Amino acid sequence: MLLDNKPLPPHVLAKEFKREDISVFHKVIAATALTALTASAAFAAGHCADGKTLTEGTLTVATGNPAYYPWVMDDAPESGKGFEAAVAYAVAEEMGFAADKVTWARSSFDQAIQPGPKDFDFNLQQFSITDEREKMVDFSSAYYAAPMAILASADAKGTDATVDALKDLKWGAMGGTTAVPVLMDAIGPKDMPLLYGDNADVTAAMQAGQIDAALFDLPTALYLSAVVVEGSAVIGQFPADRTENPDRFGLLLEEGNPLKACVDEAIASLTETGKLAAIEAEWLQETTGVPLIK
Amino acid sequence: MAKIILKGVEKRFGDNTVCDGIDLEVEEGQMVCLIGASGAGKSTLLRCINLLETIENGEILLDGEDISLPGLNPQPVRRRIGMVFQSYNLFPHMTAAENVMLAPRRVYKKSRTELRPEITELFKRFGLADRMDHYPDQLSGGQQQRVAIVRALAMKPEVMLFDEITSALDPQLVGEVLDVLRLLKNSGMTMVLATHEMGFAREAADKVCFLKDGKVVEEGAPSALFDAPQHPDTQAFLARALK
Amino acid sequence: MSKTNAAGKTRRQIYEDRLRRRSMLIAGGSTLAVLLSVLVLVPLAPGWDRVKASFFNWEVFAKTFPKLLEAFKLDVAIFLWSAPAIIILGLLVALARDTRNPALFPLRILGAAYTDIFRGVPVVLTVYLIGFGIPGLGLPRPWNSPYIWGSLALILTYSAYVAEIFRSGIDSVHKSQRAAAQSLGLSDGDSMRFVILPQAIRRVIPAQMNMFIALQKDVALLSFIGPVEIFRQAGVYKSLLANFTPYVGAAVIFLAVTIPATRYADYLMAKQNRERS
Repeated sequence: MLLDNKPLPPHVLAKEFKREDISVFHKVIAATALTALTASAAFAAGHCADGKTLTEGTLTVATGNPAYYPWVMDDAPESGKGFEAAVAYAVAEEMGFAADKVTWARSSFDQAIQPGPKDFDFNLQQFSITDEREKMVDFSSAYYAAPMAILASADAKGTDATVDALKDLKWGAMGGTTAVPVLMDAIGPKDMPLLYGDNADVTAAMQAGQIDAALFDLPTALYLSAVVVEGSAVIGQFPADRTENPDRFGLLLEEGNPLKACVDEAIASLTETGKLAAIEAEWLQETTGVPLIK
Repeated sequence: MAKIILKGVEKRFGDNTVCDGIDLEVEEGQMVCLIGASGAGKSTLLRCINLLETIENGEILLDGEDISLPGLNPQPVRRRIGMVFQSYNLFPHMTAAENVMLAPRRVYKKSRTELRPEITELFKRFGLADRMDHYPDQLSGGQQQRVAIVRALAMKPEVMLFDEITSALDPQLVGEVLDVLRLLKNSGMTMVLATHEMGFAREAADKVCFLKDGKVVEEGAPSALFDAPQHPDTQAFLARALK
Repeated sequence: MSKTNAAGKTRRQIYEDRLRRRSMLIAGGSTLAVLLSVLVLVPLAPGWDRVKASFFNWEVFAKTFPKLLEAFKLDVAIFLWSAPAIIILGLLVALARDTRNPALFPLRILGAAYTDIFRGVPVVLTVYLIGFGIPGLGLPRPWNSPYIWGSLALILTYSAYVAEIFRSGIDSVHKSQRAAAQSLGLSDGDSMRFVILPQAIRRVIPAQMNMFIALQKDVALLSFIGPVEIFRQAGVYKSLLANFTPYVGAAVIFLAVTIPATRYADYLMAKQNRERS
């Protein structure tokens, strides 16, 4: 290309230098086979992400504002603590970005799906992958499949976990989530459910006695029952294989973003090596203290 | 005893003394005219008699009873004293007949059907028979003012107060309203008028009072006051007013 | 003998006709120019296809519109039971603030505090506070319904505005009307009821209509506490379809109601101004 006749721009030089850096690093720690494997995968993926990120040499990751436990601990994704923060750093590493080359941005759901260029490379805040959404934005392959679970108020937690018994409850859900179609299809409540703008409002309604039960993904439900809604309990769940649309979380990218292939590759590798399962066990089972029921 | 007796009536708005110790007697069936320049206190004095204003000092006696006592409920007194204003003050959202019937309906608890015959009689008497169901804005100024008089009369007052009721009228409409006043006087109504109609005052009044700066400067029979005013202020005022 | 031409028009009429034709031509031409530039230039913008796909997607519109219309019935219902309560409460507050009886002084203070507070607080906050707060005190069902308390939040907020408008109407009735009523021996209450209020209310009808148009839109705020009215329904579709077109559909429905109402209020206002001048 034309570039051949020109001196290399500084950021390209920096990139070359960085790659050399990594290969030096590679040689130093080559002793451990597993580490060697990971690092060389990173080396390869580093080529993949070249020139495809928002800022050359760094990966910009967006999450919610605020981001919640147990997805991000203490609303501080930089710490790498919390399930999604850990996933983000693991994906970044697979793609060849060291932890200090990851920068964080915040975005709302609406900002994430609005047309126009994005100010992040990928966005993770428990976005469920759906066909309709995929028409507007791109999703990576799933990094988590959350079963839907029922959080019931103190008064209703004795209800049998059968569809017939659940139909009679007064239901609530967060309006902008896939919980709504799951609720309508799998339970079909007799009364029109009440829908809310965010999880805080759903729990406020439960505390006000306006709803008996609400549908969340399991990690959220466990957290809410343990910490937020006094006396409530998780009384049932829809395992991913029994639900027509298991709620799968994907990284959200701008429609047509070439980075998608690299991200998918990274997630596939993390799944294969068992690293993703380890992150899930650490942040979604051990931290919440309640085992996932599969 | 006189129907109305004013003793040293004093009315102030802030630092401005509008009535400054006014004494006045109105006999039963008498027509008393208050004359004087604008701001002399004529209107305020009438509003005081009707208890629309409270007075600072002095007494207002109606049939010997002090109606200016602080704390007295003004409503029963106002029923006995009718008042007509310069700007008619008809209620614009009601027909003439409704204007007239409102107070008797609410105060005397009479029904419309009960009231209608006597109201119709009043309208006829004042040449308004065909205007009963008109709204105020469909009536001329003179007609509106006559309806306002009928409205006050419908309460069967013992005394009527008229506050420059012809001042806002076109000159050609003044006559019809003055005719109504003559009619009322002949029926024996006790009346107090604030007026600029010197000719009418001279012809129809039993007594004329000249007010200046909140004081009664001179009073007497119209012939005496108009033809031989004693006080220089009266002379000056009449010289201007009768020019 | 008047000077008219064959068409029976005076010289003045012919001149005015010509003026009118000219100004209509200019108005039509400039409107056309603006419309054309919008219709031609906007689609030329590089992002237009993406904007069109996510805001003006016909497929999504057709799919969601009937459900949105269905959800709008709830907005209308909430409006219909709130509006009469707002009128009554607004009037009572206006009267409380107008009271001269010293024994009712606390009522006057309360009325003033009430209008200050509820006009000063964002409606959403009132909806949250009352919609979640009062039921949270432990009311049994169905008395903790978000429909009841959410509507009450709207009623309290809008009554504060409506009360102020009523009060301005009461103040606008000349005090000579009150004097005339009192001189007839009417009580203060009767003077207010039969003389002052009917005139005051008539004067503020256009202003109140504008308040109620605003109320119709603010009914959507109840969606924050659960009821699935049109705004929430559109939001659900937006999330499921990752497309903003349902909001556009909701806006179309709102406009179909509010534009005629706004026009009518403007017409009443203009008519009243003409009558008063």
